[in-house]
Amino acid sequence: MSTPLDLTGLAARPAQVWGAVRLVPLVRDEPIGDLRLHAELYGDDTAGLVEVGPRRACLSYVPHGFVATWTRDGTPAAAYGTQLCADRDQVPAATMGLRFHRRTARRQAKDRLRFLPLHLSLEGYLALHSGGPTIAWEEWSHRAVSQGLSPRAEEAYAGNEVRGLADALRVFEIHPGQCGVMVYVADALAAAFAVPHPDDYRALHATLLQDLYGELIHHYATLVLPVPDFRARIADSRIGSLDDLRGAAGEQEEAWARFHDTTMAAGLLGHAYTWQNVYRMGRFTLARFRPPFRPKEENHIGEAITDDSGRIAYLKSFRLSEGQVRRGHLLDRLAAHDWHLPATAADLGIETAQLGLRLEAAGFAFLLRQDVLDGYRKRARTGTG
Amino acid sequence: MDSYADLVAAEDVLLFVNAAITSTGQREFRDDADEQRMSLDFLHAYMLGNYRDLYAGVLALDINDHNAVLIVRRLLETAGEAGADQRRREGRLIAARLAALPPQRVYGLFDALRRAGVNNRRTRAIVRDWLVCRKDLAFDAVKYRSGLKRVLRHAHLTPSNAPEELGTFLFAPHSRPRYSAPLLETWRRAHYEKGALYELPYTAAEGFAARHGIPREVFLERMAPRLTRLETLRLQESARARGATAVRSDLAGMPLTRLAAYVLSLPLEDRLRRRAELTRALETAAGRVAGAHRGTWGKVTAVLDDSFSSFGSAHKRRRPLAVALACHHLLAALAGDYTALWTSGRTDALLAYPYGPTPLGRRILDALETGPARLVIVSDGWDNAPPGLAGEVLRIWRTRLDPGRRTGVVHLNPVYDAAGFDVRRLSATVPTAGIRDAEDLPALVELAQFAEGRTGLAELTAYMDSRAALMTAGHDREGAR
Repeated sequence: MSTPLDLTGLAARPAQVWGAVRLVPLVRDEPIGDLRLHAELYGDDTAGLVEVGPRRACLSYVPHGFVATWTRDGTPAAAYGTQLCADRDQVPAATMGLRFHRRTARRQAKDRLRFLPLHLSLEGYLALHSGGPTIAWEEWSHRAVSQGLSPRAEEAYAGNEVRGLADALRVFEIHPGQCGVMVYVADALAAAFAVPHPDDYRALHATLLQDLYGELIHHYATLVLPVPDFRARIADSRIGSLDDLRGAAGEQEEAWARFHDTTMAAGLLGHAYTWQNVYRMGRFTLARFRPPFRPKEENHIGEAITDDSGRIAYLKSFRLSEGQVRRGHLLDRLAAHDWHLPATAADLGIETAQLGLRLEAAGFAFLLRQDVLDGYRKRARTGTG
Repeated sequence: MDSYADLVAAEDVLLFVNAAITSTGQREFRDDADEQRMSLDFLHAYMLGNYRDLYAGVLALDINDHNAVLIVRRLLETAGEAGADQRRREGRLIAARLAALPPQRVYGLFDALRRAGVNNRRTRAIVRDWLVCRKDLAFDAVKYRSGLKRVLRHAHLTPSNAPEELGTFLFAPHSRPRYSAPLLETWRRAHYEKGALYELPYTAAEGFAARHGIPREVFLERMAPRLTRLETLRLQESARARGATAVRSDLAGMPLTRLAAYVLSLPLEDRLRRRAELTRALETAAGRVAGAHRGTWGKVTAVLDDSFSSFGSAHKRRRPLAVALACHHLLAALAGDYTALWTSGRTDALLAYPYGPTPLGRRILDALETGPARLVIVSDGWDNAPPGLAGEVLRIWRTRLDPGRRTGVVHLNPVYDAAGFDVRRLSATVPTAGIRDAEDLPALVELAQFAEGRTGLAELTAYMDSRAALMTAGHDREGAR
């Protein structure tokens, strides 16, 4: 299914700026009481092994986990202490400083689910058409046909490596009723984060520092100068009384919220996503979403918990870097044409050889047969292609 | 008519005064300690290089002790650059200010001069005069032992009021079987007799208690009568937690801002339980500060900042909020008709805690609607919900809605902004002054009128001269007694 992200119920409030980081608070009029999230910290050893299937595991950075608790009758669920959530069925591998997470989303008790933030979405992205070619066209290498794309690796930066983010989060003043935040670095949307309840937000505000951020965001934070505030401006010509002034102040706030939703967050909110359900718990669904991979544009992957009416209870997004978008785009196009190279090239409006070289540039050289790839290279060199 | 240079000078002095009132070189909510110190160092160097007379004159204003010490130190370090008249004037100002400083600050200053290698004749004279004015040097020798020792060694002094055994006591303490000065003798006995240490000052006794292994609660219980007023206030809560009930401060005698900081350090349940007692103490302290001005300010509305940033930092815990709470009570005493508006929208001042954003613009609108004669805003100036609205509201109020200045507006800011070299302003149309203790509020409101740009350097210099004359005259009277 393909639907856009809908942030109904979460209203943007005035942003707070610190250096190159702009934080836009999202406030819920009505908190969601029957689903609660809290953090589960994994201590110093943040490298974790995630078991994704029998005898298959992938190594990933796991700074912290979230635990979702829900009740069926709508009564508010109390937040448990994090230590209660310790994984009892740990594999002895923990003694090696590694931790086995059985699956990225795992039920801990009847009404508790533990999952690793951003992991679902990254897994969704990494597993994108991971099966490899569906038809063994002659250009594909033996390895591509038999093993597919796996394993793939992607790089990301932890929040505390993003310059200025720690200070920005520290001096941020949390609004009453705040249930989420949009993080902009150099006015590029780095992440959207939303939780069901203001108390959860207060507890999880600092975990933004332990999340993953794309390469682009890290570069922007390092290179860009401080961004300016959007300061309120009132034209004094039409103000005749305090009531006029109050009205004008209200207009300023509405104008900001409108500007934010339609312009600043357009790259996240203005597009349709491919959704994939991961887990159903009571009236809530944990799902991940994937963009249509438009090259040279903003693309976000992410995960969300929605309730039965489609309202977002939990949201976390990750901005893909340009290279990641290119890879996703190529895989998507190839899959759409049953991995047929000439057909895909025709769709993209380029020569087959050019597509071959693009695959190589994107890091997929191992998918092509060596002699075919050499042929493409030669054609490019002699300019006959 | 003031020349352009005069206007710049007046502006620079006010900016420096604001910095010297608010900054203590410690970490603030947004700046760390290094940023604060570097920024402050620059201002001191700039003022000393450009306006030496005004720089010295600032000593007479209500600046904080940290900056007073820095000014004295820089003046003494560069004594050679001053003319004879300047030196005489500076000497009087320094002596008067040192007399008002807490002794540990002065010993710290002398030590800093020693480390900087400053030992000119003027410095030695100032050290000598200060030591002669000390009431009991034997007490200093026990309480500020290393400080006094270092200053005597550095300046080669034998103060005329020193007991005859002082030299032995400081430099070879165990060479005498007994001392004739009672406090020195107590100190000697405290080395082996537990009972003797309770007659020493608290800070000296603490070390002996640790050496004798006396349990903390027993020590505090018996030490209670010897504690100073502020020591009692500081230790009260930790003593109670340990079961030493004798440490009880008389809240009624406490200075207003300290009292506010103490109240805010209590958990909310305690504040609820002791509401009557705490409110009465705050009101008494405020009434004492207001004095003869009680009830003379007419209709006053205050906008007080209790946003999350009023937490300050781990070093200045809840300081901005404590200043706001103290101002709240002081304004209530000064005003005939008083309205308080907290930025969070809460109404119970006693239960204030740092929380939420800073919607100053909206609160100022609410405040203006009450039609006050004076509007006082106490905030760190980070207006962020939405940013800049407070400035717009104040600008339009001044230019369009109240051009006749029926309402006097003043912004008091407890936080120094290191990057801006000043306290943060809300609007160019409203004067902003730095504030450290709510007790200075009446003087600051007076000073703030200079910041509005309606008065020039001549008036400012006259004002500073009158403050300097007041301070040195007071000091001379003390000395004559």
